[in-house]
Amino acid sequence: MSEPKAVIITDYLTKTYGDVPAVEAVSMTVMEGEIVGLIGPNGAGKSTLIKMLTTLLPPSSGDALIAGYSILTAPAKVRAHIGYVPQLLSSDGNLTGYENLLMSARLYLVPHHEREERIRSALALMELADAGDRLVQHYSGGMIRRLEIAQAMLHEPAILFLDEPTVGLDPVARHGIWKHMRELRDRVGMTMLMATHQMDEAEALCDRIAILHDGRLQAIGTPGALKADVSPDATLDDVFAAITGSEIAKEGSLRLIQQGRSSAHAHS
Amino acid sequence: MPIPEPKPARAVLSYLTQIQAVADTEIRKLRRDPSELLTRAFQPVVWLLLFGEVMANVRGLNTTGQSYLDFLAPGILAQSVLFSAIFYGISVIWERDLGVLHRQLVSPAPRSALVLGKAVSAGARGVAQAVIVYALALMLGIGLSFRPFDILGVIALIWLGSALFSTFSLMIACLVKTRERFMGIGQVLTMPIFFASNAIYPIELMPHWLQSVSLSNPLTYEVDGIRTLMLQNGLSRYGLPIDFAVLLVLTGLCVAIAAHLYPRLAE
Repeated sequence: MSEPKAVIITDYLTKTYGDVPAVEAVSMTVMEGEIVGLIGPNGAGKSTLIKMLTTLLPPSSGDALIAGYSILTAPAKVRAHIGYVPQLLSSDGNLTGYENLLMSARLYLVPHHEREERIRSALALMELADAGDRLVQHYSGGMIRRLEIAQAMLHEPAILFLDEPTVGLDPVARHGIWKHMRELRDRVGMTMLMATHQMDEAEALCDRIAILHDGRLQAIGTPGALKADVSPDATLDDVFAAITGSEIAKEGSLRLIQQGRSSAHAHS
Repeated sequence: MPIPEPKPARAVLSYLTQIQAVADTEIRKLRRDPSELLTRAFQPVVWLLLFGEVMANVRGLNTTGQSYLDFLAPGILAQSVLFSAIFYGISVIWERDLGVLHRQLVSPAPRSALVLGKAVSAGARGVAQAVIVYALALMLGIGLSFRPFDILGVIALIWLGSALFSTFSLMIACLVKTRERFMGIGQVLTMPIFFASNAIYPIELMPHWLQSVSLSNPLTYEVDGIRTLMLQNGLSRYGLPIDFAVLLVLTGLCVAIAAHLYPRLAE
């Protein structure tokens, strides 16, 4: 076993819109092979943080090293080493699953002779082998999510960023996504940073949890340690309430309905 | 697996592959649903059949030895290229709202490759439009040139014009970011670009100030080039090298600016 190494290091990462801080001086570290959950209600800054780490959004100040590359000075290198499953359903409905993956394979320069094989095995891994030649607009929500994970891992990235990977899915589909995420971690040791506002999801998947509130990192630790700090029989909801003084369920519920389009326009 | 460090020859090939990634998906979608091409074909039909036939009876139009319909057909072809390309930005705003664009922007592909991919697919649309205008022109008895060099030249000009106006459109889309604002600006732009050009009348008919506007309008050079190569008795006013050079330089400029602005769409 080699020394575990840090693959995400953020250093006082900050994003402000006008005077309003969306993310404020977030410093945290994610080790190779970890699944880390970013927890917080709507507006806590989870998506903004992930957009900065995936180089979609330039930070106002601070920096981050992703797989050893700075998001400020080497964004193209960062992009080559990461996969991203955005909050919006980003597959193109007018293309087949195969065609969506073909576009990714070309954008990420998967060698020509490996393309077919990689696309087929990614489809198989996500249990989409039979659906590959169907238009994505006929897929179910769970299938689209699985396709997007397939797209994001096609180039075998070191780190996968997922923004609310199971929002809007039914329980069966959610558990399916969880299973696939665990498999990815166990099989290829992929590091994952996942934003979620669902406590059960964080508890089921994450090695460590980072609690974000009002743009600030309030706490980070294993679910067990976070709970033990509050009380012996605390739940993650209790932890969240103790740290932020509010309940995530109340703040988060409206978002389930508004999820999707609204966030696309949030900062336009 | 990290992306291999590019060697020069390989770097070019990689860049082309990334352009193809975007262009190919656009062309696949167009082939799957060509209805847009057919509805867009309606406008040139109206211009040539209604406007053209009437204006052909106006004696005062000096179209340098060509019949008015001959003069008009290349202008209408250039117009259809302009109109389909100038609203290209709307599809990118749509992709931004869906999140499709974010996927392209988190890939290591250079932004200019993503923009060029769009430009190439706009060119494919333009060429499809041209086939329809040629068929129509043939039915109207317009003296078309079918020399291979001329045809290739027209295709090249259509591709360039589509690339120019579509990337110009992308630039605007990156700045305004919403469909409503974009539609407004698109409407405001198209008519002046069209009328302040040599598309439907010789610029000698214009007052002097408008002539200078026309001479700085890229559509004028697009029309001039197409008029030269599309017709049997085509004559270039400015010279084909000038026509091509103007379009090439401006396309390069628009690609560079659009590539610079493109990441704004994901913010």
